[in-house]
Amino acid sequence: MEFNAPATENLFDRAKLVGKSTPRIDGPLKVSGAAPYAAERHDVVAGQAYGWIVGAAIAKGRIRSMELGDARRAPGVVAIVAATEHEPVGTSPYNHAPLFGGRDIAHYHQAIAVVVAETFEQARAAASLIRTQYDAADGVHDLARVKSAAKIGTGFSGESMKDTLGDFDGAFGGAAVKIDATYTTPDEAHAMMEPFATIAAWEGDKLTVWTSNQMINWGKRALASILGIEADNVRVDSPYVGGGFGGKLFIRADAVMAALGAKAAKRPVKIAMQRPLMFNNSTHRPATIQRVRLGAGSDGRITAIAHECWSANITGEDGEHGTLQTPKLYTGANRLTASYVSQIDLPEGNAMRAPGEAPGHMALEVAMDELAEQAGIDPVELRILNDAHGVVPGDPETKISDRHLARCLKEGAERFGWSERKAQPGQARNGRWLTGMGVAAGYRAGPTAKSAARVSLSADGKLKVETDMTDIGTGSYTIIAQTAAETMGLPLDSVTVELGDSNFPVSSGSGGQWGAASSTAGVYAACVNLRRMIGEKLGFDGDAADFQGGLATLDGQGWQITEAGALSADGEMTYGDFKSDYDVGTYAAHFAEVRVDAFTGEVHITRMLAVCDAGRILNPLSARSQVIGGMVMAAGATLMEDLHVDKRFGFFANHDLAGYEVPVHADIPHQECIFLDTLDPIVSPMKAKGVGELGICGPNAAVANAVYNATGVRVREYPITVDKYLDRLPALA
Amino acid sequence: MAQDGFLKVSRRGVLAGGVASAAASRASIAFAQENSGASAVEATVPLKFTVNGEDRQLDLDTRTTLLDALREHLQLTGTKKGCDHGQCGACTVIVNGERINSCLSLAVQHEGDEVTTIEGLGSADRLHPMQAAFVKHDGYQCGYCTPGQICSAVAVLDEIRKGIPSHVTEDLDGAMQPSNVEMRERMSGNICRCGAYSNIAEAMAEVAGA
Repeated sequence: MEFNAPATENLFDRAKLVGKSTPRIDGPLKVSGAAPYAAERHDVVAGQAYGWIVGAAIAKGRIRSMELGDARRAPGVVAIVAATEHEPVGTSPYNHAPLFGGRDIAHYHQAIAVVVAETFEQARAAASLIRTQYDAADGVHDLARVKSAAKIGTGFSGESMKDTLGDFDGAFGGAAVKIDATYTTPDEAHAMMEPFATIAAWEGDKLTVWTSNQMINWGKRALASILGIEADNVRVDSPYVGGGFGGKLFIRADAVMAALGAKAAKRPVKIAMQRPLMFNNSTHRPATIQRVRLGAGSDGRITAIAHECWSANITGEDGEHGTLQTPKLYTGANRLTASYVSQIDLPEGNAMRAPGEAPGHMALEVAMDELAEQAGIDPVELRILNDAHGVVPGDPETKISDRHLARCLKEGAERFGWSERKAQPGQARNGRWLTGMGVAAGYRAGPTAKSAARVSLSADGKLKVETDMTDIGTGSYTIIAQTAAETMGLPLDSVTVELGDSNFPVSSGSGGQWGAASSTAGVYAACVNLRRMIGEKLGFDGDAADFQGGLATLDGQGWQITEAGALSADGEMTYGDFKSDYDVGTYAAHFAEVRVDAFTGEVHITRMLAVCDAGRILNPLSARSQVIGGMVMAAGATLMEDLHVDKRFGFFANHDLAGYEVPVHADIPHQECIFLDTLDPIVSPMKAKGVGELGICGPNAAVANAVYNATGVRVREYPITVDKYLDRLPALA
Repeated sequence: MAQDGFLKVSRRGVLAGGVASAAASRASIAFAQENSGASAVEATVPLKFTVNGEDRQLDLDTRTTLLDALREHLQLTGTKKGCDHGQCGACTVIVNGERINSCLSLAVQHEGDEVTTIEGLGSADRLHPMQAAFVKHDGYQCGYCTPGQICSAVAVLDEIRKGIPSHVTEDLDGAMQPSNVEMRERMSGNICRCGAYSNIAEAMAEVAGA
């Protein structure tokens, strides 16, 4: 089915299940510990041995030698696959850094060996007996040092990341009010709770990996390419994913080394990557340096807007494009956005939740706060004043599909009690606490990708949905069940959903907040085909009939759909060219309140609110969780998350969950999330857009602005930690 | 290399010490035959304990953590391994009524102990009230930290009931309340990267109020 024109009224506008808060259908399995994650699948294949990955101890260079004898003779060792004895594996379009690269080392903790043993303890102990000698090469590990060598980056579709409109320099030069500020964001880690984990088993030349991956079909093709085998010989199965946030978009060393280890050991191998290896072995969100210049009239209307971003990556390409939201958010006739990328010798930078936009908002939306103060205009008002209408400000040939940002801001301000905020910073004091409020707008694209599913109706009226879609905590199981039940007119508990198996029809997968909108549209397409099949079998027009309560009705006639017998239909939703005339975006207003200890400088977030405009919300219960989860990660980015680069040796020094601090319970207050009741007819027949990344676009800046409002100290180097402002706090009176 | 020698000696030392202290209360210790190579002595020790009300017996490598004994030997995989370093709380179980990070203790330390894992609290079709509250309040997303959160949550409410103070307890003499700040403080050893904290607090409040 091709979606080739804006959606008109359809069955989802009269929905009984879609759009209603629904507890997750996989919930009872998850809360009882029965949901099987990758490393836990004792039942899928017998004789699983344990693998332990050894990581390189240099950031760049070459392995001179590896002494493997002691490890090979250690108790329980079944096989060792080592870089000095094995050809480098192949590459895939999805990986920048080598996953097992022979003697050449491209980054710290690159996999250089896997030790396979009968037990976990034996594998770990034997791995510690490997002695590796290196010829280390010089590398550059400091973004500030490579910034001047940066080139203009390319976007996700290969487009140049530099855009101009009008005459920025002229307009900025003549602006009545100006902001010119530079912000830095550090490298950040996904730090998902489930480690990279795989059980790999060969059957002849066929490989099965039970793994933890967001994008099953990408993973299948990448693994084939990396291992030099046919994709048809690879099966990837990942029904439960213990968090990804972009870190599990691609095949990682756990899958590759388990496959190589299993081949060498001639038996299945299980690997759960040890936590301290994860941060340098895999990918991270690259650090940025961002310069924002805003020029406005004395009325606050923006006349000139420039946002430039510098980041670096191991290949010198694919940077963290912090400018992505800037052409979308605010009007202004004279514009410059540019994202520059340099080469750096650090582990691979790649997508982490809202790549580009998450750190981009940390610069742009703080600059807006600075502009508001300078212009003497309320920050909420300033954003409404410069809101875009009709077309994308930075790309006037592209229409906006559906946008209610001003409503988000107004309703949010009302709800949050924004009028209580003191415009003058550092003025609100309650005992030992300095208090403040901050606001930020949020924009994240609402993309769709083609997605397929299979739906099978059994003779007893049960419906099974199969698609290689993943549920990474997003709630896919439930929204897919809601969609299928709605379309087929069946109760929710008649539907079972099976996900994450590459033997199933190929879905959009989970990433870029495209999963919810895309996968449900694909399930809808399959259900439409099944309705037609039922109609053909029973002699009615399945497209015209109404399906409810197990009955199809048309023109006063009714049919029990089970009378059609067992039937199965595949379907796929694809998207027509008309969509390229539009920018489909999601919008939010984020509010935060903080209190800062006037003596110690400690920041507590006391309230957070998000008001979101993302079209139909398929399951408000789990969508809210997506948004508040993004708000938590955003709070972390603002106040604590920071991969510390050891610039001498070229690695992230704080590579575990004690050193890399993420928010914990005590850091996060009650969070509120409101969804506007909007529909976007351009996105898909569901009129629904994703929210998983919208939640991290803006709360970061809202917290930063609240800290400023509380203290009067503007920290532009994230994270905002006490060492950066303690000596500038207001005097203790 | 001298360093190799040091590591060997130290491992033997550690193992010997561990075995000696364990041996005091145990009848038999089996030693794996020492390999001719550089490898260390491997010892297995029999262990009897109670898991979710069932008597269990295992013969374990002395290096096996309680976490791996549960996940790998008893195939009770509801208890999760997030970090293996006591940094994330995903492996939280209840031992003799108190919550612990099961990755931070060796299985052989648990002779005679009563261990309750997430599977022992309730099952998918017979949920413990805390499990049901997590479903109702969507107190999870990916689900990986969830069993640890739930085991902690159950134990935290018990700690508060028993009047065990925490860092944020203001009145050490009065009746302790399961306040939002009290629960959040006590739950802070259980990381949820999906960020379900606000919902978990609501789930706990519902159970605490029941």
